[in-house]
Amino acid sequence: MWEYTDKVQEHFLNPRNVGEIADADGVGDVGSLACGDALKLTLKIEDGRIADAKFKTFGCASAIASSSALTEMVIGKTLEDASKITNEDIANYLGGLPKEKMHCSVMGREALEAAIANYKGLVLPMAQGEVVCECFGVTDLEIIRAIQESHLRSLEEITNFTKAGGGCGKCEEKLRAILQKTAQGEIAQAAAPDKPKRMTTLQKVKKIEEALEREIRPILKKDGGDIELLDVDGDIVTVAMRGACGSCAMSQTTIKEYVEKKLRELVVDSLIVEEGAL
Amino acid sequence: MSGRIIYLDNNATTQIAPEVREAMMPYLTDLYGNPSSMYSFAASAAAGLKEARAKVAALLGASPDEIVFTSCGTESDSTAILSAIRTFPEKRHIITTRVEHPAVKNLCENISLFTGHKYRLTQLKVNEKGMLDLAEYEAALGDDTAIVSVMWANNETGVVFPIAEMAKMARKRGILFHTDAVQAVGKMPINLAALDVDFLSLSGHKLHAPKGVGVLYVRKGSPFTPFLIGGHQERGRRGGTENAASIVGLGKASELAAANMETDNSRVRALRDRLEEGLLARIPKSILNGDKSHRLPNTCNISFEFVEGESILLHMNQIGICASSGSACTSGSLEPSHVLRAMGVPFTAAHGSIRFSLSVYNTEEEIDLVLGALPPIIASLRALSPFWKEE
Repeated sequence: MWEYTDKVQEHFLNPRNVGEIADADGVGDVGSLACGDALKLTLKIEDGRIADAKFKTFGCASAIASSSALTEMVIGKTLEDASKITNEDIANYLGGLPKEKMHCSVMGREALEAAIANYKGLVLPMAQGEVVCECFGVTDLEIIRAIQESHLRSLEEITNFTKAGGGCGKCEEKLRAILQKTAQGEIAQAAAPDKPKRMTTLQKVKKIEEALEREIRPILKKDGGDIELLDVDGDIVTVAMRGACGSCAMSQTTIKEYVEKKLRELVVDSLIVEEGAL
Repeated sequence: MSGRIIYLDNNATTQIAPEVREAMMPYLTDLYGNPSSMYSFAASAAAGLKEARAKVAALLGASPDEIVFTSCGTESDSTAILSAIRTFPEKRHIITTRVEHPAVKNLCENISLFTGHKYRLTQLKVNEKGMLDLAEYEAALGDDTAIVSVMWANNETGVVFPIAEMAKMARKRGILFHTDAVQAVGKMPINLAALDVDFLSLSGHKLHAPKGVGVLYVRKGSPFTPFLIGGHQERGRRGGTENAASIVGLGKASELAAANMETDNSRVRALRDRLEEGLLARIPKSILNGDKSHRLPNTCNISFEFVEGESILLHMNQIGICASSGSACTSGSLEPSHVLRAMGVPFTAAHGSIRFSLSVYNTEEEIDLVLGALPPIIASLRALSPFWKEE
């Protein structure tokens, strides 16, 4: 059985804004019966603001909950703000989704984009890419975007987020190539402007300390925790969790999901953060 | 979730029969001796095994020394297929079907990895009713075929294959024949003495015995190489200290199944038919999957078009009804059931398929409760579905 948060279950059992707006200004139609999930999102737009949103979804509990959450999130927002909503935002709104179900939140974002594009009379570039996964009709552009936006690093993650590769598996090689190219490009790009590609160890240590001091420590301190830098060896950063974080069962998650992500963002994308025993 | 559970997922597992639990208790308490030990204290454990072996043999129409106790159906399947591979290392062809349980399917599809040799695999097709084409089977049998492995009854649809005839055809060509009978045993009469089956797998927990015990039937005279190598247990055919309590439980369950086969199955069949006919009549655009006349008495697989299976299951879960689905979202992969796809069930229907599998413990009252609960669930999900058009 999938482990759904209470909020996912609640939205599944009591979905909001179900239906179709008859004279919709924007319509987003994504997914298909064959794929196992599909979402039709209709928007009413007044003065650049989403006045109303309704959905119809064929799919599992998390697809229905993601759609319901999406409508709640967009109603009242300007088009500009709405278009900034990411799939992660949808998942977070629901208190998280099982990783195998992240594609449900991606479907929500895609429907929103499609509906806004439809309103503006634009054609989405994503669909114009080359289909890589034939089972689920996923294009290379969609895959590249998911890799970049959600920092995907494995084929399994690509499947979880886009479904690509989840069927016959014939596109595995292609996916691997796209992943390699995109992830490398992303690292290079991330390191390009104010993050020199090759840093000396001293520069790296300084930058890491700065990031810890300015960004990370203040957040941990809110929960009565702290962090100490123990060592930097190449790209391996060893830290120790202190205070409340030291005894927290979630400290591993904090290190990987927060500290590592943050340091990669602020210093260099190849860093690996580990907890040291000290 | 409140109140009682209505358990309609007996092809997944079954409740332990009270009589079975009762029979096991002494072996979980006082009679803990190792059946292989010499003193009389252990002899009662050995006697329990012997009795259980006789009871399982009686259920299958086999002789007690043809019964090898294992840990599960999967172990039995692996043992049979890998034994044949080792018996005939020069034969590099296996015949099975497209609708096998993963225990057989995944082993056969990856057999080259285990042996280091390239194998040819024939996966027999099924038609839209889930039935095999015996002409295709006959044509596939060859001089290099090491083993045929065909399930007796399908776990998802309940469709029963003509094992007697298929085993006969294999025997005529001197080819070993294995059947995964995990779903069939206890739900239909089986008389192995009259058949040309070399190996048969069964699993305890599908017939009201506990999990963690299975059987491989090995026909007297059929070549056999053990899978688990160790002590002399099971006459050297399966190493490892016997799971005495569970084996005794399986013996009791076999005795019950043999004694009550006819009455139990006609009662279960009547409940299943009531459920099936009721659902098909009450819910528009619902389709029965699988051949109606060649089917286990307890299984019913229905597709509810334009809705998705996991959503149906979760709504049912809210009111305590347990069943399973062939939808992609419940399979842990992204594709719907390989069984339904092999049958050519369209995607509109495969994603919304629900399997109900009953047991003798279900009641008419439970069935009527499901008949009342399911139509509004399907209707509410269809109201959400962009593909559903009110007629």
